[in-house]
Amino acid sequence: MPIKVLIPTPLRPYAGKQSSVEVNAQTVGEALNNLVTQHPDLRKHLFAEDGKLRSFVNIYLNDEDIRYLAKDATLAKETDTITIVPSVAGGV
Amino acid sequence: MALRIQKGLLDQLREHGEQTYPHECCGVLVGDFEDADNKTVKSVVACGNTRTDSPQNRYHISPAELIRIQREAALAGQDIVGFYHSHPDWPAKWSSTDLDEAHWTGCSYVITSVENEKAVLTNSFLLQGEEQDKHFEDELIEVVE
Repeated sequence: MPIKVLIPTPLRPYAGKQSSVEVNAQTVGEALNNLVTQHPDLRKHLFAEDGKLRSFVNIYLNDEDIRYLAKDATLAKETDTITIVPSVAGGV
Repeated sequence: MALRIQKGLLDQLREHGEQTYPHECCGVLVGDFEDADNKTVKSVVACGNTRTDSPQNRYHISPAELIRIQREAALAGQDIVGFYHSHPDWPAKWSSTDLDEAHWTGCSYVITSVENEKAVLTNSFLLQGEEQDKHFEDELIEVVE
């Protein structure tokens, strides 16, 4: 089942310069794994060496943060959109 | 390399810093992203600072707000090209915290210093490199008609 994954501007160079990629998956975790299989250069930008999502990478299913859903096991359907959003913060 | 922006939009982000003083303001720059060296701001979207624990020296934009902005930009055929925030009573230069927390390579990070409720200097910095060697480079703000 194809799920659309939106790629933010800083990661597009590692995803064939595409703003979105379609992957076949039943869950968000599967979608992300399939995404980095299609575009291996993305892996280190999304996942730490221990395989966990990098702390500054937010993954949303539609308008919901998957941390507050079932995380990787969150079920996704064809009409859903997964969005990758690096955090934006700072200060003096 | 340059970030192109209309004067009215530049004024808008500077005024945001005056309005939130002595707290940091923050927002998103939306426009045309041809490449890292070639970006044009078409709109300035003010965001709330979710760092209510320390708003005088920290900012954070809610990812949910970023997603909404990114979605609306895409509908207009545009992209997120950068971000802005203010430095109340601190220079318009990036801090180590700004660099640590910056992850949008190729995007502009615009900083305005605000002193006694008045915006002083506004500078832009381009985030370059990958996470392990990321760095900011000075970026010209080109004010256009």
